[in-house]
Amino acid sequence: MSYARRALAVVWKDLAVERRSKETLNALVFFSLLLLFVFQFTLGADRERLAAVLPGVLWLGFVLSALLALGRTFLVEREHDCWEGLLLAPGDKSAIYLGKLLGNLLLMLLVEALVLGLFVVFFDIDLSRALPGLVVVVLLGTLGLAAVGTLFAAMTANVRARELLFPVLLLPVQVPVLLATVKATEALLLGEPLGAVAHWVKLLVAADAVYVVVSLLTFDVVLEG
Amino acid sequence: MVKTLGWLTALALVVGLLMAFVVAPREVTQGNVQRIMYVHVPLILASYVAFVVLAIASILYLVRRDPAADRLAHASGEVGVVFVGLGIATGSIWGKPTWGTWWTWDARLTSVAILFVMYLGYLLLRGTIDDPERAARYCAVLGIVAALDIPLVHFSVYWWRTLHQPPSLMKPGGFTGSASILWPLLVNLLGFVLLYAYFVARRVRLLRAEAEAVP
Repeated sequence: MSYARRALAVVWKDLAVERRSKETLNALVFFSLLLLFVFQFTLGADRERLAAVLPGVLWLGFVLSALLALGRTFLVEREHDCWEGLLLAPGDKSAIYLGKLLGNLLLMLLVEALVLGLFVVFFDIDLSRALPGLVVVVLLGTLGLAAVGTLFAAMTANVRARELLFPVLLLPVQVPVLLATVKATEALLLGEPLGAVAHWVKLLVAADAVYVVVSLLTFDVVLEG
Repeated sequence: MVKTLGWLTALALVVGLLMAFVVAPREVTQGNVQRIMYVHVPLILASYVAFVVLAIASILYLVRRDPAADRLAHASGEVGVVFVGLGIATGSIWGKPTWGTWWTWDARLTSVAILFVMYLGYLLLRGTIDDPERAARYCAVLGIVAALDIPLVHFSVYWWRTLHQPPSLMKPGGFTGSASILWPLLVNLLGFVLLYAYFVARRVRLLRAEAEAVP
């Protein structure tokens, strides 16, 4: 089987499991809905103030659901004792990483699209002009989060206190992605074009490249044994 | 060997301390408070040395699978975190009388704080894995990711802050380049880098003894 086919096999397997159990997606959608309540209660109904903190709050929502979603990446394998099955897959182990990354990316983008839709409805934001730029920033930011998240999820899967350790490891490393996405989103929602935040987009591209390459190179080391 | 290093460290630190109080001039506007720089700057710089050593040792471990490289990374991580923590603390003590605040979200303060929590996570990961071989592998991967993340953190934090306010606060004394300031600083820097090396040598020896004691 070619490298791409093996990566896609992992994606297909995870999608099939998720489609039948709907374990992660259902809970995640419900969780992001609940986040809206929390934001509304903690920030109050003042529209002016809400508009000022909206980009940060939006990404807080993305990050919180990402922490839950990404932390579960290898949970199916662990809980159902399929870890060995995964290890027995022939060829380069980084194909498994790529497959898991794609699956995580799909899941997170789905949830993020939903959260964004809920924000438009509940907080009454006008996306018409900002949407194309926002899609670029969200795609790049999500790739950065998912790239490191997938690697760290593999690392913390068989470790004590993994639910705690995963965010503790992921959040400091993701500071560049968080700053870049929040600042870029802020500018875009104020009606500025994507060109005005080019430096942040470049930083995101650089971060994504670094994260994906390092993860592909080191995933083998994480999986063995 | 290690003992000699210890004596050299003690000598450099004592001379450095004396120079900081005797040779270095009293700062005109800040007064004696400014002398904390001779501890603050070397601490932070020595912690950078620690994290560079950690990254190199991590790569070395993954290539050669030598437990000695892992012990070096482990020891460097511990000493680096302590140094950077003390660096932040001394910076705070310096900041209170001169800037009027313990902490401000300035670009350099923020990136050093992120460095601190990142490597604190590194030590946390080490602490939760019982199998030494697996701990070595995972920590090596994290060490490499963290090292590559540092330039990204630096740029993002710099743009985040300096697009709004220039880091004019960061250099209260202002580095004039005068020899009476430079030499005490350099001697202290040497002292703290030696102190780092001494701690690491001691810690590596202890880690090796631990590894040999547990079959």
